[in-house]
Amino acid sequence: MQEFLQQLVNGITWGSIYALIALGYTMVYGILRLINFAHGDVYMVGAFAAYFAARLVGAPGPVSLIGAVLVLLIAMGSCALLGVAIERGAYKPLRKSPRLTALITAIGVSLLLENLGIIVFGPDPKFFPQIVTSRQMELVSGVVVGRHQIIVLAVSVLLMLLLQLIVLKTKIGKAMRAVSFNKQAASLMGISTDNVITFTFAIGSALAAAAGVLVALSNPKIDPLMGIMPGIKAFVAAVLGGIGNIPGAMLGGLIMGIAEVMVVGYVSSTYRDAIAFALLIVILLVKPTGLLGTGMAEKV
Amino acid sequence: MRGLLLVLVVTIVLVLLNFLLPALINPYLFQILILCGINVILAVSLNLVNGFTGQFSIGHAGFMAIGGYTSAALTYYLGPHVLGKAASIGLSPAIVGTSFFVLSVVVGGLASAVAGFLVGLPSLRLRGDYLAIVTLGFGEIIRVIILNVNAVGGARGFADIPRYTNLFWVSFFAFVTILVVRNITTSTHGRAFISVREDEIAAEALGINTTHYKVLAFAIGAFFAGVAGGLFGHYLMYLHTNSFTFMKSFEVVIMVVLGGMGSITGSVIAAGFLTILPEALRPVKEFRMVIYASLLIFLMIARPQGLLGMRELSLQTFRSLPFRPGKKRTEGAQSG
Repeated sequence: MQEFLQQLVNGITWGSIYALIALGYTMVYGILRLINFAHGDVYMVGAFAAYFAARLVGAPGPVSLIGAVLVLLIAMGSCALLGVAIERGAYKPLRKSPRLTALITAIGVSLLLENLGIIVFGPDPKFFPQIVTSRQMELVSGVVVGRHQIIVLAVSVLLMLLLQLIVLKTKIGKAMRAVSFNKQAASLMGISTDNVITFTFAIGSALAAAAGVLVALSNPKIDPLMGIMPGIKAFVAAVLGGIGNIPGAMLGGLIMGIAEVMVVGYVSSTYRDAIAFALLIVILLVKPTGLLGTGMAEKV
Repeated sequence: MRGLLLVLVVTIVLVLLNFLLPALINPYLFQILILCGINVILAVSLNLVNGFTGQFSIGHAGFMAIGGYTSAALTYYLGPHVLGKAASIGLSPAIVGTSFFVLSVVVGGLASAVAGFLVGLPSLRLRGDYLAIVTLGFGEIIRVIILNVNAVGGARGFADIPRYTNLFWVSFFAFVTILVVRNITTSTHGRAFISVREDEIAAEALGINTTHYKVLAFAIGAFFAGVAGGLFGHYLMYLHTNSFTFMKSFEVVIMVVLGGMGSITGSVIAAGFLTILPEALRPVKEFRMVIYASLLIFLMIARPQGLLGMRELSLQTFRSLPFRPGKKRTEGAQSG
């Protein structure tokens, strides 16, 4: 029981990181019907931006709370800019092309970011400075939770709440929902779809960057290819929950993180990467639109 | 008669090239040539699924892995016995070895086809991106399972596979792949594949068994991917699951899309182009992949429908091939 609870705590921490990345996928997919394969690499850039920002605020020495928040904000801000640049440079010219073309472009952008990363940051892993000292505390008897895990969970929950607030309560959020419902009708109603799409990319990329920083905090080894696997898995998480659906992405991310940690804990770490996909296939076969997705009527 | 003669001439030329080329060009160039051929098989077979039937699959590397590992295991474990038996009754080991290799590649292809059939089944319920992600998942699951099978080396990789693949067999199988896919897609019967792509519901309404064709496309595509895997393993003499990640699947999808969905010649050209390009960029060292990726993005923006779109490059010589669709005698002559 105690071990199970410990695994659950670790699973939820991982899951919230998957959820943060999955949110970016799901929002972009909801609006453009595009699987933005470069999203995982934006997460990588976020971790590296934080790495350099941490140096600015005084790492590897001790960093104040404001410094740590600043690191997070700088990473999120620079990735938001990156997201906008990717959208304007690579995806916008393809708005009217077949969807597959856009998908290949996304793969191209992903390759580009990875290899630019190798040139700019170097191919070797870098060690992310400890901007928050780690400390363990006991939750229930024997179940240990680290300070990093609490920060991961707190920051991701905060960001998700903020996102829900933006999407549900603000004008731009309303515009986002309108565009994702029907792009053409939305533009006839006077919504600038281009601006809404750009904004979506900015938010999604900022969330991915936050995930990157949070991962770097607890797993301090960062390298230019670190985004590939989490990127794919976060996408799977988004599909699992029902793509285009924001609560679905959070749920999918959590399920994914918990399932993965459980498999590593109880079965074998070599099956870690397979469980995510096995889970996905089973769920999609039972409910083809994902857990929280709604079915679409077939046009005849 | 003319057709048979042509096949004979092509075969002789290929056999000659197979023996002469290694002496003429350096082993590096020769290897690129072999890899081009393997990629042609992969791209053309995936085009049947993605381009002609419109079922978006990005798990081709998984099928390639199944075929590669199955056929390599056959020649590695059974091969010595077969050769020993053959030697004891006085058969030439070269001929027996080669025939056993071809057989094992085909068996590998069949194993992949069975997997393709299983992966094709979800396509009855899922479409578009959901299907894509499920095929990607299947590909990864296959990879992880192979990674845990100790008999084929597990995480260490499968070494000491005998080298049987040569230019002749690669071009032979590439030729067969192109021929089969071409004959399927241009025959009256094969139009059903294209109708599934154009409008599944309308096709269903016209009485086409879309289920049958979708699963069939997956199985045939997987068969040839498995064959490509078999050739790949028997050329490099080593297999590792790292060669079959989703990046490999992406590579093949990129070839199909860049060449033009629904154009066989497009796939052939793109497969050659995208195999040679990264190698040609080697002199620029670390900027190689950056240029490759930028070029890919540029090509997609400049020509979204792919290099050839839906057209085929048709030379007059192509027309005089014996396997023209619509002629009855093409049916049985595929073994070429």
